[in-house]
Amino acid sequence: MSLDPILLSLRLAATVSVILLLIALPVAYWLAFTKWRGKFLLESVVALPLVLPPTVLGFYALIAMGPRGPLGKVWQSLFGHSLAFTFEGLVLASLLYSFPFAVQPLVASFESLDRRLLDASSVLGASRWRTFARVIVPLSWPGLVTAVVLSLAHTLGEFGVVLMVGGNLPGVTRTASIDIYDRVQALDYAGAHEMALLLLVIAFVVLSIVYGVNRRVWSPWTAR
Amino acid sequence: MHRAAITILGALLSLWPYCSRAQTVRVAAASDLQFAMTELAARYEKETGTKVGLSFGSSGNFFALIQNGAPFDLFFSADRSYPERLIEAGMADRNSLYIYALGRLALWAPSEAGLKLAEKGFSALADPRVQKIAIANPEHAPYGRAAVAALQKAGVYEQVKSKLVFGENISQAAQFAQSGNAQIGMIALSLVLSESMKGGERWIVPADYYPPLKQAAVLINCAGSKTEASGFLEFVKSEAGRAILVRHGFTAPGSSSGVESKP
Repeated sequence: MSLDPILLSLRLAATVSVILLLIALPVAYWLAFTKWRGKFLLESVVALPLVLPPTVLGFYALIAMGPRGPLGKVWQSLFGHSLAFTFEGLVLASLLYSFPFAVQPLVASFESLDRRLLDASSVLGASRWRTFARVIVPLSWPGLVTAVVLSLAHTLGEFGVVLMVGGNLPGVTRTASIDIYDRVQALDYAGAHEMALLLLVIAFVVLSIVYGVNRRVWSPWTAR
Repeated sequence: MHRAAITILGALLSLWPYCSRAQTVRVAAASDLQFAMTELAARYEKETGTKVGLSFGSSGNFFALIQNGAPFDLFFSADRSYPERLIEAGMADRNSLYIYALGRLALWAPSEAGLKLAEKGFSALADPRVQKIAIANPEHAPYGRAAVAALQKAGVYEQVKSKLVFGENISQAAQFAQSGNAQIGMIALSLVLSESMKGGERWIVPADYYPPLKQAAVLINCAGSKTEASGFLEFVKSEAGRAILVRHGFTAPGSSSGVESKP
């Protein structure tokens, strides 16, 4: 059994969760602390990928990445090759698909912070950035972990979006979930079972490590 | 999503009376039959009043579903091995096995690309503007295997191998080409002739480039409405039924092709 699909899935999941965290932090910060009355509109937009079926999302991603699509045109002129059927294309589509899973836990944990601590921080002369880095992030550690774990897990198990934009290229876009589906299609049920079991074990180990570490409130700031 | 669908279906089916009775003929059909089968069903409904419920999908999926008790009466596969395996497993009626059509392979490209498929045939695939060629997954899709066989026979397989991208089934390969993400699709003629692919150029791959795509149908054993189901199968076998299949880009068994090999 080739391990390539599993390794590819892990690489995709890791890439997506890191990028997502970087994007989601400012978005969540803004959503949690803005006083703008229209904020519910943006909240709805963020949650939309939860509603749309992955195949639908993938279909529109495919069209957007196509030579007539806006994304495809820009990408083609920048890099000289098309975005669909590449690892970068998968990353982009997965970012869209897993976005709410990164943003929502962060917003929830930012909103539950004790505002007096934030006020104290600014009264003591800390800049907003310093307050964010030294007060908000350490206090929201479980929320951060949840956001990363959810985007990791969600991307690892992703199927519909990858199926729609991937093109099933070995080592490039054939992820574990696609490989399992392929084997079922080819009636190689034994191979499908093996790959599914492997995916299950890896997912369980990763999740256990993260949750286990999180339970001991592992944090570079508070665990002294 | 498919995975989830199979799980949910499985859970529902376990609650279902194993062989349900219904007035509707429930047909599972390969995705290359999308348009032909819809017309066949509509015509049959009009003539006999018997309702025909259609489900389209990949033959391999249907095979797994039927083997696990999915309530279909008739299975129109894109090849003949799935129906034969159902017969071996005792799930389908051996006597009903029937080759209803031969699938035909075609090259398709959006016409604005100006690849001149009809003139150039296989050599269009080597055009530097063609970065990706969409085919169905040759590991399990009959049209994918046919495409690879044709490329090998034409002697261009090694040259274009790195350009190939794989659709999960033949419809998805068509979608890759139609959305422009792949510059050429090697797909079923039955899809090329559909409304949404009209705005493109095509070249029908000569039949001697790939082993015949024999597509077989079979009656499922627990068919709730066996007489109605075999009635529909008889209609597909009839002159009228064959004419519809030919019009949609299939070769009727034991006949010459209907659609001319020019664009």
